[in-house]
Amino acid sequence: MKLAISITGNSLQSAFDPRFGRAAAFCVVDSESGEWTVHENPALSASGGAGVQAAQFVAKLGAQAVVSGAYGPNAFDTLSPAGVAMYLAPTGESLTAAAVLELFRAGKLTQAQAATHEGHHGGHH
Amino acid sequence: MRVVVASGKGGTGKTTVATSLALVAGDATRFLDCDVEAPNAALFLQPQLDTRQEVGILLPVVDESLCTHCGRCAEVCEFHAIAVVGKRTLVFPELCHGCGSCTLNCPERAITERLDVMGVLESGFAGGVDFAHGIMNVGEPMAVPIIRQLKKAAPAQPFRVEIRDAPPGASCPVVESIRGADYALLVTEPTPFGLHDLKQVADVTRELGIPAGVIVNRDGIGDNAIEAYCAEAGLPILLRIPMERRFAEAIASGRTLVDAAPEYRPRFEALLQTITARVNA
Repeated sequence: MKLAISITGNSLQSAFDPRFGRAAAFCVVDSESGEWTVHENPALSASGGAGVQAAQFVAKLGAQAVVSGAYGPNAFDTLSPAGVAMYLAPTGESLTAAAVLELFRAGKLTQAQAATHEGHHGGHH
Repeated sequence: MRVVVASGKGGTGKTTVATSLALVAGDATRFLDCDVEAPNAALFLQPQLDTRQEVGILLPVVDESLCTHCGRCAEVCEFHAIAVVGKRTLVFPELCHGCGSCTLNCPERAITERLDVMGVLESGFAGGVDFAHGIMNVGEPMAVPIIRQLKKAAPAQPFRVEIRDAPPGASCPVVESIRGADYALLVTEPTPFGLHDLKQVADVTRELGIPAGVIVNRDGIGDNAIEAYCAEAGLPILLRIPMERRFAEAIASGRTLVDAAPEYRPRFEALLQTITARVNA
């Protein structure tokens, strides 16, 4: 499965970023082969609607699932119809993307069934 | 001539100044209360509000039978308020600013628009003053579209002077209230808060290229920091209103300053003449 993990850096060894819309980048990794690529998140500098933009971005990258620490209502409402599954990784520990991948392979990640927090609504009003 | 009364800090006396200025400006004056989150000028001017109009923004409505999910709408949306994922086009109303870019750019003409009501405009005469204000619905996040439509609404009569009572602060609603004005009256008070927020709103007027002057309300309290700043920034101090209990009492009971203290009528007339001269210079 093609998995997009939110990260703070530029490789599979980078730290997991618990934010989805405002993640620095996404590490797209094939959960079987372990092949990975990194893509900067274009929504990082968005003035608003970061969740929607990041969700469209990972969907276009062909990810079938994402792993992050939280999903806002707009991210959830974009990823769901896109058919992208949303997994939650623990946010309290400092994990690398590689460690998150291992947790996924071991079946230790839960899926988000709804948005995990309220919207941030724009930001520049 | 369009004059906006702004302040940065809330409660410095914007409405006190704006309403008294409107009363001395007399007939052929238009008054716009742009503080759509908490309009209060009507309490002082007591207009007969006989016209009412719902206002808001136009939200896109996507006809899925015409949509090819090409993604053009999502590309052009600066606010990420419309998204295309797979065979679905999603609209996020709370992110939409109603700019119409998606509708305009849709190659299939699959997008129509519907009015999302965010508040109302009310208008009517207060003596000879053509008065209008906007009232934003509780829970709405954006005041700017309402202020924009308040400014665009057709006046009931040709006007010589338009006076806009701006909201407090220095963010988007204040910028929209100031935009297009010929002169900005910045009402402040001689306190650190008054000065701090005066600087912010003075920066906004400078950025927009609108000449400005300062009115010091509650003069006599605090220190001389306002004078120092105004001298440095090249802002003229046009009027001082001292801290007096009788003013506070009058305003608390819904009276205007020029009504409660008629000696201020000539001072406001002089203020209006000064502004007119500066605008026409």
